[in-house]
Amino acid sequence: MKFTAGLAGVFALSTVAMVATAAEELPACEDCADELTIVSWGGAYSNSQLQAYHNPYSEITGVEIVNDESSAEAVAKLRAMNEANNVTWDVVDVVAADAMRLCDEGLAMEINADEQLAAAPDGTPASEDFGDLLVSDCFIPQIVYSTTMGYRTDVEAWNGAVPTDICAVFDTATFPGKRSLEKRPINNVEWALLCDGVAKEDVYDVLSTDEGVTQALAKLDTIRDDVIWWSAGAETPQLLADSEALMGSTYNGRLFSVIVEQEQPVAMLWDAQVFDLDGWIIPTGLDEARTNRALHYIKFATDTQRLADQSKYISYGPARASSAPLVGKHAELGIDMAPHMPTDPKNAMNTFLYNYEWWADNRDDLDAKFQTWLAQ
Amino acid sequence: MTASTTLDSVDSESHDQAAGQGPLTKDGIPLKRSLARALRREKLRALLLIAPLLAFVLVSFIFPIGDMLYRSVENSIVEKTIPGTVRALNDWDSESGELPSERVFAALADDMMLAQEIKIHTRLGSRINYDQPGISSVFRKSGRQIKKLEREAAMNAFIGLNADWNTPEAWATLTASEQWPAQFRYTAISLDNWKAWLASEEGDDADPAALVPHGFTYATLYHDLSNMSASDLSALATSSDAPVAALFAGVPDALASFPSDDFKGQFAAIEKGWTEIDNWQAIKRLSPPIIDSYFLAAVDSERTDVGVEKKPENERLYLGLFLRTIFLSMVITTSCILLGYPIAYLLATLSVRSSNLILILVLLPFWTSLLVRTSAWKVLLQQQGVINDLLVWVGFISEAGRLVMINNMTGTIIAMTHILLPFMILPLYSVMKTISPTYMRAAKSMGASDTLAFWRIYFPNTVAGIGAGSILVFILSIGYYITPELVGGTKGVFISNRIAYHISSSLNWGLAAALGSILLVLVLALYWTYDRIVGIDNVKLG
Repeated sequence: MKFTAGLAGVFALSTVAMVATAAEELPACEDCADELTIVSWGGAYSNSQLQAYHNPYSEITGVEIVNDESSAEAVAKLRAMNEANNVTWDVVDVVAADAMRLCDEGLAMEINADEQLAAAPDGTPASEDFGDLLVSDCFIPQIVYSTTMGYRTDVEAWNGAVPTDICAVFDTATFPGKRSLEKRPINNVEWALLCDGVAKEDVYDVLSTDEGVTQALAKLDTIRDDVIWWSAGAETPQLLADSEALMGSTYNGRLFSVIVEQEQPVAMLWDAQVFDLDGWIIPTGLDEARTNRALHYIKFATDTQRLADQSKYISYGPARASSAPLVGKHAELGIDMAPHMPTDPKNAMNTFLYNYEWWADNRDDLDAKFQTWLAQ
Repeated sequence: MTASTTLDSVDSESHDQAAGQGPLTKDGIPLKRSLARALRREKLRALLLIAPLLAFVLVSFIFPIGDMLYRSVENSIVEKTIPGTVRALNDWDSESGELPSERVFAALADDMMLAQEIKIHTRLGSRINYDQPGISSVFRKSGRQIKKLEREAAMNAFIGLNADWNTPEAWATLTASEQWPAQFRYTAISLDNWKAWLASEEGDDADPAALVPHGFTYATLYHDLSNMSASDLSALATSSDAPVAALFAGVPDALASFPSDDFKGQFAAIEKGWTEIDNWQAIKRLSPPIIDSYFLAAVDSERTDVGVEKKPENERLYLGLFLRTIFLSMVITTSCILLGYPIAYLLATLSVRSSNLILILVLLPFWTSLLVRTSAWKVLLQQQGVINDLLVWVGFISEAGRLVMINNMTGTIIAMTHILLPFMILPLYSVMKTISPTYMRAAKSMGASDTLAFWRIYFPNTVAGIGAGSILVFILSIGYYITPELVGGTKGVFISNRIAYHISSSLNWGLAAALGSILLVLVLALYWTYDRIVGIDNVKLG
């Protein structure tokens, strides 16, 4: 991976310092399992968790952490495990919408933030520190990420025009060329309505009507021949790097690595970025020792310092308010990470809030309509 | 005398036997029986040898398919989660245009109390949400509020009539009476609900026999009593069973003036979804334990209150996808035949040295990861890709006229043909290998031209190989999913992509199972048709 031996050295130094402080705070775990299976997304994201959470935790407690990179199929697999009565995972990293579904299905246990999580260093209880981001009773958020647009900065056909707002996606006259969008309705229909004159606060009310769905799809219809639909987060960065698409949506961390780490001629269009959350759940059906261990780990991994540490390795914003001031420099590149966070005030001038409840209700229905529209 | 007769008869008997059974083996057993025994042993040994495979196929193939077929109709979740409500809804006319009665709401409150305690109410919400978008949040929100429901009205009225109603003994008397449970069907369900709730809430220490149930059960009891005929009611109050008579004394007269818990109003206040008749119609429609709603959805239909109807045009997805899957699979199979036939012919006719080289070229992609091959096609086919670059450089197309060869049907056909080609070439090759070159020579010696000899002599001999290859390629491609997902864009995806979506993303396993079952039936039907037209005996893999 990108993380070299030099980095490991730097990291070892910082861990020693960190372990010293954390060990004092971390109470011993009573009646706990000695092994922990943690499921996450793999790649750079898992690596950031390994550096910021797993390694320090293993060093303090001596617990062996097994990594499983199955988060993409976590909901289905957890359901299957639950039906087979054999849950082999202890802690699972999922996006908020999946956490809600797991909670709905009774596959994730409820976690009381104030009782089971660490308070902020100044004593603010966890529920206040996370605030509105605790979107489900079963879900402890780690990071705020956003789905946003990137565009190439070297397109001659644009004659010097630079996309400044999300509606550039729908403006094929000024910005001709392919754009890549995710092959699902979420985010796309919201952007379509925003660019079709619907006010931000009315988007979900409009989408709740049949006419609203038709309106959103009609707007998307105006660019359908210019869209490449992606289904994996890595596709847009690749398409942008190849000039196969000239602008496209993806997760902000992926664009960060295209722009900063790979130095491609690509820029971020933060306008109308859609915030989403990623975090932990603990499956139901674990025995007591494993549940205790999982809770012990989560208490450690979601404290203020640990969340801030993760942002050294990846450009996602920590979910605790108290972590924000602690965000420092990229562990390898040495650049300030704060300006690359989706939550940075400059980037977050116009953001769109994803409505979890609405999508939980309407996702299947709208997906059927969206896929039918795609197939036409 | 007697002895000799016996001996005689035995003798003649054995003689008869020997005559009837033919020759004997060395140790005196009739040959036929000995042979049968040996054969049986043979068979048993063969069975033992295949037993591991048989068990494996049973466990990993037959059983999962059976499970899938069952899942496509299984729907016990509604009845299991809200048993009282489902039963109470039987009396509700869903076309009346009115909300269900207070009794249904009382049953719902009772069921939901237990369901939210053991956290299964939201699962039911997601299930019904597949057919009735929007209802999942109704269940989710109600679950959070259910503990706050006022539920003491009926309970207090009973206790006001007779303080004994506040004792566990009253319930012991009731459940021991001869009318229990036949006349108290809902109360019986409610009492079971309460016991399960108690066990979950308080753990195993709580003894239901030492406690009185919660208010929901009293409310249900009230509804059971209100729905009894006057004679049944008075039979209770004048029962020969003295404790029962004591409990129900005065109840028949007081019932009419019992205060209502007004669960209907309370639910309406929690979540307005409970006042929408569509939601109730959906719950009632989905209450049977075996249901065809998944299959209907899989063929773009739905059951409304007027019967089965086509879904609105903007939601018809699956039939088109099935047709496209079959059409594209046929195109892929055909192009595999066209491309594979000459290669197989070369393989079969060239010298061993050169044919081995070609064979390696055919097999090489087999040993490469599927994802790598698919990604390679992306690099080749995309608009800024190798092929387009080459064509622009040569001057066949202009910079602006770069061809779109990926993220559409073309992409799927090209990539899938490449990936499945070995499955066509190998059976063809092994069949061609067995065709003696003397056939062609004989045909030519009798004056046939090359073309005629090929079509009349060589080709008919290879039909068995084409059949085998086609079946392999077609069946593989009809269920393919990862390649279409990556290179198919919107017009080149298969039904299997939707099945995968429902398995891993929407968790609508019932619909995925129904789509899978339809696909299975389609494949079997095509196989049967093939057998009727070409004959499965003609298929040769080697």
